[in-house]
Amino acid sequence: MKQMKKVLGFSENITEEPIIYHLIADYGVRVNILRASIDPGKQGRMVVEIAGEDSQVSLGLNYLERTGVQAETLAEEIVHLTDRCTSCTSCVPHCPTRALDVDRNTWQVSFDPEKCIVCLSCIDVCIYKAMTLTGTLSEYFTNRQTAADDISA
Amino acid sequence: MIKTIEEINQKIQSGKAVVLTAEEIIDVVRKKGVAQTAKEVDVVTTGTFSPMCSSGAFFNIKQLTEKMKIGGGFATLNGVAAYAGLAAADIYLGATALPEGDPRNSNGRPGKFRYGGAHVIEDLVSGKKVALKAGGHGTDCYPRREREQLIGFDDMNDAFLFNPRNCYQNYNVAVNLSDKPIYTYMGKLKPGIGNANYCSAGQLSPLFNDPYYRTIGIGTRVFFCGAQGYVAWHGTQHNPSAKRQENGIPETPAGTVALIGDLKQMTPQWLKAVSFTGYGVTLSVAVGVPIPILDEQMVRYVSVSDEEISAPVVDYSRFYPYGEGQSPLCSVTYAQLKSGQITVKGKKVPTGSFSSYARAREVAGHLKDLICKGEFLLARAQAPLPGAVIEKEAV
Ligand code: SF4
Ligand code: SF4
Repeated sequence: MKQMKKVLGFSENITEEPIIYHLIADYGVRVNILRASIDPGKQGRMVVEIAGEDSQVSLGLNYLERTGVQAETLAEEIVHLTDRCTSCTSCVPHCPTRALDVDRNTWQVSFDPEKCIVCLSCIDVCIYKAMTLTGTLSEYFTNRQTAADDISA
Repeated sequence: MIKTIEEINQKIQSGKAVVLTAEEIIDVVRKKGVAQTAKEVDVVTTGTFSPMCSSGAFFNIKQLTEKMKIGGGFATLNGVAAYAGLAAADIYLGATALPEGDPRNSNGRPGKFRYGGAHVIEDLVSGKKVALKAGGHGTDCYPRREREQLIGFDDMNDAFLFNPRNCYQNYNVAVNLSDKPIYTYMGKLKPGIGNANYCSAGQLSPLFNDPYYRTIGIGTRVFFCGAQGYVAWHGTQHNPSAKRQENGIPETPAGTVALIGDLKQMTPQWLKAVSFTGYGVTLSVAVGVPIPILDEQMVRYVSVSDEEISAPVVDYSRFYPYGEGQSPLCSVTYAQLKSGQITVKGKKVPTGSFSSYARAREVAGHLKDLICKGEFLLARAQAPLPGAVIEKEAV
């Protein structure tokens, strides 16, 4: 059993193919879409959690490669700048997965990239700009509303 | 009275003063009682690290050989306008000032406010140079009309932080009763009371430990963003007559102090620019105030704990901006706020703070170390804050 978070990059000529459908139906991979930004006819990015037997997952990733989808590992995408973080805790209630959490004895706030689903809530909420988005995702998502806003708007 | 400030200072100078933080003292008083603690402890240190919008800095910029009168003209630092209605070379830069033509909320909604006056101040404190652009009308004695130059602290005779209002004694807990997310100076508030934001160090906060301003007054020496600063005046909006609990703790925002200190001595660890999405730029500052334990009454005050301090929960969707609806919705203790969850209108609501308790602890601990090492002496207040209750024997 394998489980991982990936950022899928779609170029303009493949955004209209039912890639996620093929991934699920043909390779038996479980796909949980955490975040997506795809406009038909343009490039897009999707953050997914992929799970399945080892062989299913690697065949699935092979399929993505063949179709021209870039699949990058997610963990480095959100960075916690510890020198700017003051452990104020204002981000904690906005983090849906407790990737950001506070130890109520030491009052230090810590970030666990494993739990992060890149919902971006913390990026807008952290007043010290201690949460940043790096890599390919940033250009697609930084000026958009956070996932939470999309839902509640 | 057990001790005077002079006696305490002598002990500090001979390295014999007993100093505890406002957090450490709580358990000591529970164990030893008020009378014994008053005899044993000399100073209690408080601390806070939090955004304080009413902050800004005075700069006096060194003249070039051909002199210039900026007063009456204009000056910007990294594009952020400073107030130039003073003498030839004095300007004041407010923390919340934004660069001219800043896209504000048009830079996507809500606005990001990535740079402003507070960032200029933090850049200077970090040793960076900033771009000065100034213009004036030119006079016989000050002929230069324009100046564009990169300047740092070396190019200034003086730079001091002068904050008209800091250290609010108590503050609102902000929630949002509406059905849309709102962006406020109390942060992002999710609809339907989705979260609650507070902003005080509670039991470590300076004015909670001297609720009637018995020792904190004009002239009190404080730890200010890494430097030694002073209480210059009562702060703006200082309201000593706010309703109080039996222990003297005000139930709503009450006392404030105006603070002054040498910006050149401050460090970026204790002074940070912040950007509130959808609201604006402001400055977070570290303040630590030492409280002399003159008698048993002071022990009672400094032993206050989070369970004994309450704050009002206020709606920031309709009540704060428009005065509509009931307020406060309820009141909660800082112990409840710090547990991570409070109950408002029957709903369990997660809490977050803008005031960093971790940093407040560091400030109080650092000030304690400075006093123990004899590097920080207490300064007797020269005049009381308005509303101070000072019994004769305590002075
Ligand atoms: S909001 Fe920012 S500064 Fe505050 S604890 Fe979270 S990451 Fe740290
Ligand atoms: S991006 Fe979302 S999940 Fe990740 S740390 Fe920030 S708030 Fe938590």
